[in-house]
Parts: sequence; C-alpha cells; structure tokens
Amino acid sequence: MKFLRYLFIGILFGVVMTKSEAISWYRIQEMFRFQSFHMYGIIGSALACGVLITQWIKRYKINNAQGSQIVINDKTKGWMRYFFGGTLFGLGWALTGACPGPLYVLVGNGFSIFLLVIASAIVGTFVYGLLRDYLPH
Amino acid sequence: MIDYISQPWAWYVSGPVIALIMLLLLWAGGEFGVSSTLRTFCSMSGAGRKIKFFDFDWRSQLWNVIFVIGAVIGGFFSVNYLNDAQPLALSQATIDDLNQMGIQFDGHLAPEEIFNWEIMGTPTGWIIIVLGGFLIGFGTRWAGGCTSGHAISGLSNLQLPSLIAVIGFFAGGLLMTHFLFPLIF
Repeated sequence: MKFLRYLFIGILFGVVMTKSEAISWYRIQEMFRFQSFHMYGIIGSALACGVLITQWIKRYKINNAQGSQIVINDKTKGWMRYFFGGTLFGLGWALTGACPGPLYVLVGNGFSIFLLVIASAIVGTFVYGLLRDYLPH
Repeated sequence: MIDYISQPWAWYVSGPVIALIMLLLLWAGGEFGVSSTLRTFCSMSGAGRKIKFFDFDWRSQLWNVIFVIGAVIGGFFSVNYLNDAQPLALSQATIDDLNQMGIQFDGHLAPEEIFNWEIMGTPTGWIIIVLGGFLIGFGTRWAGGCTSGHAISGLSNLQLPSLIAVIGFFAGGLLMTHFLFPLIF
C-alpha cells in the first residue's frame, strides 16, 4: 500500500516529464542555446510553486501521510562539491540530454540505449564513492 | 479529454505538476531527489561491504526505487497512450544549429540516429552514452543532488548550496554545448 503510492507518483512523474518534453535531448539543446523559453518556463514555474509549497510546509508544520511532521533538511555548507560536482553533471546533462529522472522515463519511452546510460551513471556514482575522501567538498 | 492531454503540455502546466510531485513525495514520507537511486543501486549490489559511502540500509530507500519504476511505466504509458504523433515543436534556430553539426532533426524526443545501440560501434557513441552517463553519476553524487534535488527541492527551500550547484549545472551544460560539441560532432 505504501509502495503503491510511490508507484503512482512515479507514473505521474513519467507522464509529466514526457508530455512536457523535458526528457527531450532536443529541448535540452534548445535550453543551453537560449533559443526557447520552454525549459526555463518549466523549471521557473516548478520553482515558484515549490517555494510556496515549501514555505507552507515549514510555516504550518504540515504532517505527512504517517502523521509525523515533514522535515526538510538544509543542505550542508560549502561550495566546492556543489560547483565542481554540478559542473561535471552539467557536462553529462548536455551530452545525454537527460538528468537522472529523465534517464528512467526515456527507457519507458522505448529508448533502450538509456539503460546503458543508467549503468554508466551507476558506475560513475560508484567511482565517486571510491574517490570521495580525496575530493574537495 | 484523452486527445486534450495527449497534446504536448505547456510549461505553465508542467512546472506546477512537477512541484506537485515534490509535494506528494514529501507527503508520502519521501523526498524529491532522483540521483539518490544511483547510490541505492550501488548499495543493493553490495558495494557497502568495501566502501563506507555505500554502507547504509538500502531498504530505507526502496520507496525511491519504486518511484523510478513508476517513472519508467509513466514514460511507457505516455508514449503509447497519450501520444498525438505530432513532431516536436523545436525552434528553427536550434534545428539550424544542429544541422550545422550534422545532426538532423527527426521530430522525436531524442535523435534516433544517436540514441540507438548501433552508435556503440563508434567513438561518438562511447562519449555520449558511457562518458555522459558516468559524468551524470559522478557529478550528481559529488554535488549531492541533481535537477530534482537541487534545482527544485533545494532552491524551493532557498538553499545557497543548491544555487551554487545549479550554476555548476549550467556552467557544465554551456561548456559542453558551445565548446565541446563542435569537437565531438
């Protein structure tokens, strides 16, 4: 029952990512070339609603389905991990035209080659785990 | 109704629905952050025995794995049952730019001349598929999140680290698109 909820939320996510074309390699190229407002509109309006939702949850101490208060943790301080890690991810985002969410949605869309992208991403995460102590954070 | 929602969704519909997904995940007891699933898969494969970073109770993250399975189903459902079969309305400027690099716009979500298994017989394929995937996995974990975790969840919570991460995402994306693509394609 608990898992069924996540399955349905995931299905809705797959639908909106496909129908909004946010999983499109072409749309990501258009975004990084500043040739359309579409992706900026999606991220911007998601963010505007997200700020309102987050402030509402924090101010009114909203409970989750289990009846306990929703806790939204602050990110740990620092900048190096965010900037350098973010830049490496950005390189991969433009190459594949996908961030992690769309990787899964694209597989559902029939682009089975994205299974190999996901496998490579898992390897990338594994190598990060290996090198973690040697990287600036 | 089905015809109506089978059209591409406008940005001002899509963005709020994405925010709604963040809300639903928080309500269900999870949070919106997809790249964490990659770490969970490492842990599920037993990477925690050797590396401390993967030594956690992956069962506590199973909800997120169920979420991405849903995402696969949602993608399958959309392309098969919510598809108006119209070509993507990409801007002419992008079509022209891609043409100059030798990439034909085929009207699909992603260029099928690139995203197929035959591409793995070429160096370009290895760069896009394998190196691209590696950078996504390595970069998101180093940054502690991806578009969902930082650009949506983190910025919604007004987190400076997330803003730095998103600046990094765009720095990397712009560098790839404008300086490295001409060398790759």
